[in-house]
Amino acid sequence: MQQRVFEHRLSNGMVVLGEPMPWLESVAFSLLLPAGTQNEPEDRLGLAGLTLEMCQRGAGKYSSRDVVERLDFLGVDRSSSVTTFHTSMSMAAMSRVLEPTLEIAAAIVLEPHFPEDELEEARQSALLELASIEDDPAQKCFKELKRLRFGEVFGRSALGSETGLTEASLEDCKTFHRQSYHPDHAILSLAGNFDWDGFLKLTERLFGKWSGPAYRPPTSVLSIPGNSHLPHDSQQTHIALAYDAVPYNHPAYYQGRGLVGILSDGMSSRLFAEVREKRGLVYSVSASSHSLHDCGSVLCYAGTTAPRAQETLDVTMQTIRSLESGIEPDELKRLKTRVRTSLVMEQESSSSRSSQMAHDWAYLGRVPSRKELLATIDALTCESLLAHYVSYPPSRWSLVTIGPDPLEFHDAVS
Amino acid sequence: MQFRSEKLANGLEVIAEVNPEAFSMSLGYFVKTGARDETPEMAGVSHFLEHMMFKGTARRTAEDVNQELDDLGSQSNAYTSEEQTVYYMSVLPEYQHAALDLLTDMMRPALRDEDFQTERQVILEEIAMYDDQPPYGAMERAMEQYFGDHPLARRVLGTRETVSVLDPEAMRAYHQARYAPNNLTLVASGAVDYEQLLKSAEALTGHWKASQANRSLISPKLNSEELVMVHPPATQQYTLQYSPGPSYSDDERYVSRVLGTILGDDSGSRLFWELVDTGMAESAATFTQEFQDCGLFCTFLACAPDQHVENWQIIQQVLSQGKEIPITELELELAKNKICSGMILGSERPSNRLFSIGNAWTIRRKYETIQSAAENYRQVTLESVQRAFESLANRTGVTVSVGPAAPS
Repeated sequence: MQQRVFEHRLSNGMVVLGEPMPWLESVAFSLLLPAGTQNEPEDRLGLAGLTLEMCQRGAGKYSSRDVVERLDFLGVDRSSSVTTFHTSMSMAAMSRVLEPTLEIAAAIVLEPHFPEDELEEARQSALLELASIEDDPAQKCFKELKRLRFGEVFGRSALGSETGLTEASLEDCKTFHRQSYHPDHAILSLAGNFDWDGFLKLTERLFGKWSGPAYRPPTSVLSIPGNSHLPHDSQQTHIALAYDAVPYNHPAYYQGRGLVGILSDGMSSRLFAEVREKRGLVYSVSASSHSLHDCGSVLCYAGTTAPRAQETLDVTMQTIRSLESGIEPDELKRLKTRVRTSLVMEQESSSSRSSQMAHDWAYLGRVPSRKELLATIDALTCESLLAHYVSYPPSRWSLVTIGPDPLEFHDAVS
Repeated sequence: MQFRSEKLANGLEVIAEVNPEAFSMSLGYFVKTGARDETPEMAGVSHFLEHMMFKGTARRTAEDVNQELDDLGSQSNAYTSEEQTVYYMSVLPEYQHAALDLLTDMMRPALRDEDFQTERQVILEEIAMYDDQPPYGAMERAMEQYFGDHPLARRVLGTRETVSVLDPEAMRAYHQARYAPNNLTLVASGAVDYEQLLKSAEALTGHWKASQANRSLISPKLNSEELVMVHPPATQQYTLQYSPGPSYSDDERYVSRVLGTILGDDSGSRLFWELVDTGMAESAATFTQEFQDCGLFCTFLACAPDQHVENWQIIQQVLSQGKEIPITELELELAKNKICSGMILGSERPSNRLFSIGNAWTIRRKYETIQSAAENYRQVTLESVQRAFESLANRTGVTVSVGPAAPS
């Protein structure tokens, strides 16, 4: 697992990361800006997403149409999104077109036109996207769980609210862009087939003169226990469940992540084996680690037809609590093999590597190597996992259900 | 990169694209069986069987199968379509033999009665899950309307009714007929030791007996009509139109795919600029769907119910303007770049190559490198796309719309 990660900080504070993967023909980069939903004014929910959309509707020397046509011409696969703390843009392409691709990305971030005549169209798109979640109950369930668990500021959805989107003006977008799209705490990470020195020169040329206000760190995030039910005329009841865990930047994160792996990684994991394979209660059941700044959670999902929903919830909770009776050596061995395999396979994709590096830097301020990660995972033992469970037992539960009827929720001693 | 293929004495074909430089290898059994090979009473049996293949064999319990899949650190799964059932896993090269042993054993499942009853519940949940999401209902209904009494009308998951009464005995017979070595292809990609693969496959499947498995290819009698379904909890209106397109074995499909990209890709297409960029529709798309002997040109719209009629008219207009607004060189070039670049970027993972080479071989008996596969699109001419575009004006087919209320 040969690996080299380059790091550089531009004088304006922007961090540039690079991991050469010369065996690939592609390059991929992620551009992470400290402009998330938490930065939105409370009466403009959805502004972060709307601003991102407006930035792509013409920037630098490119018209709105040019942006799309130029990226298509270059064969660039791209996506962009907004989370609680970030606006992110990811692009992947053949390595020979890195320069023109990054030029477009830089223009979008630094020199958006904010065309007045496109605001209504962007707003309508955003409103449609917000409305469409109503037909996807599982996604809606998680949106509601986030709101309930992380509160007014940190629980915001990137989709925004109807009022916020309706009220947002072009001036609001420009202000949001001015205040939150700044180089301090911005991260550009590149992975794939490239030359680091050339890439640094390119980023210096494109982003070197960028300036803006200083980054303001967010306040602590604290989970809020509770439960709610949204009535919905559906066959299935969707169950979204969360409890506290250590966050990504905690020294014991991989102990907690290991426990989630025992619950949900692979077909022999406890939730899949118990809830689906043995009892046939669901088609989908899963748990995953989730970090919001300094607040870690485990998020679980199960979907099942309404008459079996109570049993599904009860069995899911019991399975989570079954960790207290210990971890089997076989379970741990499987977990370690899975991690090793996925670290090796990560080398096959420049896209997943570049987004992982940006994520690592945002949370840890550094990029752990595969070697370090392997050593951390190798050091996990059945005893250490159990001890971690005892020190950080599931607590501060949140539950959201969507379906015909509410469920009884016994969250024991939270 | 090297392509290898051999046929074993029992009829099983073993093909591989060998790339010694790869970090991983992928392995899959492509079974030529799917919804179109089922009788109406047995609708859903191929998919049900796919689930049962993970439930244990003569040598392994269901738990053993799941644990071993994880022991190998594999990323594994399976899927069923109208025409095939595919089981696949990606592992580190050192696990090649163990992975093949497991996957091969899984092709001879125990099909125990009690597992059958549990798994039925899981599949009924899967059906309920899709029923709650309105666009899926429209797709299934559109297939049924379009193909009428042709086997391609069959729902891959089956229906609540057929799945509830499927019985283990009938499934065992179906398995015996369809999972014979002559109806399976073993496909591998990445850092494969081909000699070893062949030797192991021979040893593991040598006793498998060939069958008379075949597929009836009858021309569908195409229907043409419009249908509205009401799904009261829906908040958006979803409309899907199917009209004839080239089959998977027809080279014309490259033209059709390029045309679908120019007119209705999710970014930069004519429908995108007309309806999506302008915020009138959440999605407005054209794309193709191909089967062994026939194909579809599909049009999809998702938008607010009160804008549906107007948006649908705009789509009809855009698709009928072949003569008035011909395809330009620029549109053609952008579409080609987008398609080819997407293929090449995707091909960096051996797990993606598995499906490309597996599908090409099982349906067209052809191996293509990624470069030559991309070349098929590069060679599409402006004249051919223009001709296909103009012919859209006269298309007939089935339109199904689902939304919260019947149109007033």
